[in-house]
Amino acid sequence: MNLRRRSKSFEPRWAKPIPEPTPRWLSQGILYGLLIAGGIVMVTPFVWMIATSLKPAKEVFLGHFFPIAPTFENYDAVLKKVPFARWYLNSLIVAALTTMSVAFFDSLTGFALAKYEFRGKNLIFVFILSTLMVPTEMLIIPWFILSNNLNWVDTYWGIMFPGVITAFGTFLMKQFMEGVPSELLDAARIDGVSEFGLFWRIAMPLVKPALAALCIFTFLGNWNAFLWPVIITERMDMRTVPVGLSFFSGEAGASWELIMAGASMATIPVLIVFLFFQRQIIKGIALTGLKG
Amino acid sequence: MALQSRGLSLGQRRAVWAYIFLLVPLAFFITIRFAPTLFAMSVSLFRWDILSPNKPWMGLKNYEALFADPVFWQSLTNTLLYVALSVPLQLVIGLFFALLLQAAAHWRGFFRALYFIPFVTSTVAISWVWRWIYQPSFGPLNKLLALIGLPEQKFLASPDQALASIVVAIVWQALGFYVIIFLAGLEAIPTDFYEAAKIDGARSWEIFRHITLPLLNPTIVFLTVIGTINAIQVFTQVLNMSFQGMGGPLDSTKSLVLFIYQQGFKSFKMGYASAGTVVLFAIILVITIIQLRVTTRRVEY
Repeated sequence: MNLRRRSKSFEPRWAKPIPEPTPRWLSQGILYGLLIAGGIVMVTPFVWMIATSLKPAKEVFLGHFFPIAPTFENYDAVLKKVPFARWYLNSLIVAALTTMSVAFFDSLTGFALAKYEFRGKNLIFVFILSTLMVPTEMLIIPWFILSNNLNWVDTYWGIMFPGVITAFGTFLMKQFMEGVPSELLDAARIDGVSEFGLFWRIAMPLVKPALAALCIFTFLGNWNAFLWPVIITERMDMRTVPVGLSFFSGEAGASWELIMAGASMATIPVLIVFLFFQRQIIKGIALTGLKG
Repeated sequence: MALQSRGLSLGQRRAVWAYIFLLVPLAFFITIRFAPTLFAMSVSLFRWDILSPNKPWMGLKNYEALFADPVFWQSLTNTLLYVALSVPLQLVIGLFFALLLQAAAHWRGFFRALYFIPFVTSTVAISWVWRWIYQPSFGPLNKLLALIGLPEQKFLASPDQALASIVVAIVWQALGFYVIIFLAGLEAIPTDFYEAAKIDGARSWEIFRHITLPLLNPTIVFLTVIGTINAIQVFTQVLNMSFQGMGGPLDSTKSLVLFIYQQGFKSFKMGYASAGTVVLFAIILVITIIQLRVTTRRVEY
């Protein structure tokens, strides 16, 4: 803050006419009015999605916002046309396994880089960080050629392998692992805890908030991933939810009631999970935003 | 035990453990991240069709063809437009709602969650919802326009409006993230600063201009960088919101990544597509270097 400004305001308060303050009820009224308007903009597309998905086909182009005779027949029709349940299973398996792998390996790497002294430590850290600069798009062609040669196309491993360890997570976990007191680790060593035990039983419980944030990010990212899964899956039954939904919608033509039923099925379970854990999720996101 | 008998010191033994811990991650970063980077660069020097066994050397011909390709330039311009439109909008609207939320006495958690919902939902699903919202004549947005007496708009079907329409959907989905990060940044500003300023008789605008904004600088830089890198890589929204995923009408929404995807995986010109990814890499590299310059510069208040 600059000092000149400060000294000027040592003049007596009455030297400057104090503006008539806006009444509190009015300012709070405007505030909530704006917040509600913003909220409506955020929610209306979802309401529209669900409303359309419940309309019989002949109602879709009538122009009512809400269905006159709501029906679940569109959901039935989608489930009969495409293996939506299988896509869900695929997405769950891929996102869950990737998240577990990232949680384990990113933390382990962060722990080794934060709590050990060895030759080449900085070099390794800079090397891992430098891979962050290379965009995924540059790697998909080599990854695809590799997967094609090793028959990884249309396998879970094929969908997962690019993301099982991440440079961002390694960086994040290193930051938090540095906060684990070295005295604590030394004391545990004296008690005969193995080096892996130090990581698993001492350090991991101490970085739980960061770990939770990393898991949320990784799960969401993999659950919604599109570019790589759309390339590596060719068979209908190996698609993830976003890939399946994209192809299904592209082929559905003007059957918006079916497309919206598909979109609802892809969206609503995630929304329910979010509403249950929203406090933790939002806290976690804010945490990584501040540290990253 | 085996290690001890070889006479390693305590420090050396711990170093060995560190190497063991790093074995799998290092192997991963070398084989899945580093080697493919070099491989992509070398693929860009060949005519590389995955279906054909011979892959003739091209030298820099792929790059020459790329720089002579009007669709490449169009998609590059579009990508810059995505950045130039979405990043400032996300920052300004995000900060606006974060400030509102900070001033709200009640229901803060409720609104915060509400604004965050689009961010956690599938981009593909959301893209199709917006596509339906933008439908000419039957879409709700055109119905709304008709209701207030405005003429029908073509939105995604018009080469002039399609890109901006996609940007609206992108900003709408990302907004919650910006609000949350801004809110965290605002809450990290010590309240004494505000109180001191109030005692000095500063008005709200002056407080915002001289206290909030400068102290929020690291958050703004962080979000600008994240937003820029995300916008440069825009793909999912464009593919799902343009007719048959082509980036139309008339290539007016085609992003660089969609261009690369079409060349590599629809036309199977992987060498040509790789040349495109090298250009993308170069752009991101330049932005990263500028970002490092800006963030490491000391800011004096």
